[in-house]
Amino acid sequence: MSGREERNILLVGVGGQGTILTSKILSQGLVDLGYDVKMSEIHGMAQRGGSVSTQIKYGRKIYAPNIGPGEADLLVAFEKAEALRWFPWLRKGGILVLDPREIYPVPVLTGEATYPENVVESLSAVVENLRVIEAAKVANELGSPRSQNMVLLGALVSLLGLEGAAWKDLVARFVPPKARDVNLLAFERGAALAMR
Amino acid sequence: MKPVLLSGDEAVARGAFEAGCAVAAAYPGTPSTEILENLARYENVWCQWGSNEKVALEIALGASIGGARALAAMKHVGLNVAADPLLSMGYAGVNGGLVVVSADDPGCHSSQNEQDNRLYAPLAKVAMVEPSDSEECRTYIRAAFDLSEAFDTPVLFRMTTRVCHSKSLVVPGVPRDPAMKPYVRNTGKFALLPTVARVRHRLVEEKLLALEEYANTSPLNRIEWGASREVGIITSGIAYQHAREVFGDGASYLKLGLTFPLPSKLIRTFARSVSRLYVIEEGEPYLETKVRLLGFDCIGKELVPLCGELDAGILRAAFLPQPSPAGQKEDAPALPVAPPRPPVLCAGCPHRGFYAALGRRKKSVVGVGDIGCYGLGVNPPLEGFDYSICMGSSFSSAIGFSRALAQRGDARKVFAILGDSTFFHSGIPGLVDAVHLGANVCCCILDNRITAMTGHQETPGTARDLMGNEVVPVDVVALVKATGLPEERIRVVDPLDLAATGAAMDEAIAAQGPFVIVSRRPCVLLKDVAKSFEGQWCEVDQELCRQCRQCLKIGCPAIASKEGRIVIDDPVLCTGCGLCMQVCPFGAIRKGGSAR
Ligand code: SF4
Ligand code: SF4
Ligand code: SF4
Repeated sequence: MSGREERNILLVGVGGQGTILTSKILSQGLVDLGYDVKMSEIHGMAQRGGSVSTQIKYGRKIYAPNIGPGEADLLVAFEKAEALRWFPWLRKGGILVLDPREIYPVPVLTGEATYPENVVESLSAVVENLRVIEAAKVANELGSPRSQNMVLLGALVSLLGLEGAAWKDLVARFVPPKARDVNLLAFERGAALAMR
Repeated sequence: MKPVLLSGDEAVARGAFEAGCAVAAAYPGTPSTEILENLARYENVWCQWGSNEKVALEIALGASIGGARALAAMKHVGLNVAADPLLSMGYAGVNGGLVVVSADDPGCHSSQNEQDNRLYAPLAKVAMVEPSDSEECRTYIRAAFDLSEAFDTPVLFRMTTRVCHSKSLVVPGVPRDPAMKPYVRNTGKFALLPTVARVRHRLVEEKLLALEEYANTSPLNRIEWGASREVGIITSGIAYQHAREVFGDGASYLKLGLTFPLPSKLIRTFARSVSRLYVIEEGEPYLETKVRLLGFDCIGKELVPLCGELDAGILRAAFLPQPSPAGQKEDAPALPVAPPRPPVLCAGCPHRGFYAALGRRKKSVVGVGDIGCYGLGVNPPLEGFDYSICMGSSFSSAIGFSRALAQRGDARKVFAILGDSTFFHSGIPGLVDAVHLGANVCCCILDNRITAMTGHQETPGTARDLMGNEVVPVDVVALVKATGLPEERIRVVDPLDLAATGAAMDEAIAAQGPFVIVSRRPCVLLKDVAKSFEGQWCEVDQELCRQCRQCLKIGCPAIASKEGRIVIDDPVLCTGCGLCMQVCPFGAIRKGGSAR
């Protein structure tokens, strides 16, 4: 844990994209690596489609479970517009991992709001460390749109240099048995993408 | 045992099991729901949903009187419903330990207010315990059961969203033997007639003095001396974690876990030993008021916000002003704005059909809403109702609302809307009065066979209970009929049949006086229901579509206008419910095959 005592990771996306499962696997891996870990998620609405976030903090000793504006070392956006919404949570010098996939919220569908343009370009003008990972595209290529989250998990494990844990065993343990192989593949593809 | 990552709710369940809790009841409510769901997985704990929080607490208090350790769990507003038994149990005391979990929601993540239920403890004259992380949830709930029996008091176990829904490391303990207390008839304690209550009140006041003595030395209240005694912080619950994060090992802390009665001696000792005293707490100035009453000046609510959820950043900005660390490159250009993304009714949700039919009758109806998934129908484009206040208030408040409309010569029919779970919770008395008083109200029960919003918990209408046993499903329509409302004023419809639902609504509008519509179709997120939709979707025929956008007015997330075309481009999201087909005036939407 070079220099600083703790790391803050914020995963944001749209309800139904699997951010919570991703954070569960990630936190368990961090526990296995011997860190103190706190993970905070706000859920309660069963419906799909709202903006969601889960927060993970790890280090030697963690107190507050939640991450405030300007405090995230790593912001992982599972959807493009969510990267914009949560951008203020990223600390100066932090890394933004962004999947450029678009999911239109209902106000956009009904024409009350518009979906922003040039999101990646605008963010890259502002964020020092921007990594675009086309996770949804990779998951589609694998024939399994739902494994977008495992592509991103693979990417962020390699970005954070956390290869020490038995990640593949954890993925296998947490995903449904019939989707295991494709999710493991998704994880590998994500790790490889981030290394480039 | 090896440490495991548990949420506060999961840790409460673990701790209650370890404490030998034998009976537990709850009504689902965010952020408390997972407590009972998890406790039900342990051996030897009888766990059930009550039809509301009052019933749940009364199941638990009966078990306590009978000699079992018992727990009731609810969200903060649920404790308002259960306040009646709580306040009287304060007088009666317990036999087996009784713990009442209140899960508060500062920040209103999924609630209609952010009331601070710590204020209930002095009102109810019951002991209160507040954990600040998952391990404390486990150990403190064990302590709460012991405290309850040692001091003959129910214990209010007060949590907040961030404690309930954050995961941190817990070391599971060895379960205690669930030994039952003997049951002996004791009317002088448990039959709260006025003569008994007067005596009990005196005893309660004495008990509270003894409890306060104990609070001064209880391990739940501890001083953590820091490197300096310059700054001393009195705090409890999640606020302790935020304070530690911001002030670190430099400051000293009085961390309170047994927070009613508050330990006067301990507070005095601490306050006298530090140069500057801060009180850091979320919500009301509960600790601060006590500190000031004891004659100490402190800094509290003038710097710590009264409204909303607390976090380390807020404390940092309040106490250690410095430029905000947010932002990236210097002179960065402004970013585009993210569009709002409110939660919406799922694609294929049965409630959407009900609101689509109601929306076509907007001129002749006013909607009154309630708490549940269908509450999302207030937003555009559905705009299905005008107000919603609290659980079960739609039918009853509609009685008064319709009266007021009539008085001002407004002829619109009031449609009061609630779900099956809410109907069982507290809608039934409103229905009884609407029928009995002849109110000009159409009471609509949106029966999706489950408590959907909190994550699909069984209702009294379900044939299965929380523990998986087969039980008698209570019949909503039979209950309606039992009010004596004539059959011609009761309609049961499939909300995804727009014509039939609309016809029932027209009848209700035409009829003077009470009318009931039961809109019946299960939630699409239920596993077996979702299965039946697999491989079904609808598609738009671009040749026939005339871009009239009628189909977008039902607010289904699966149908969109993209690059100038109306499309259903995600066959996984679309359930093929056929609602958009029914609203398209040009027959441009049709069912897709199952072979894509
Ligand atoms: S969870 Fe069920 S009831 Fe709630 S919005 Fe989704 S489909 Fe409708
Ligand atoms: S059939 Fe139409 S209304 Fe139903 S889920 Fe599909 S797009 Fe939505
Ligand atoms: S309602 Fe029918 S015709 Fe109108 S926009 Fe929708 S699909 Fe096209």
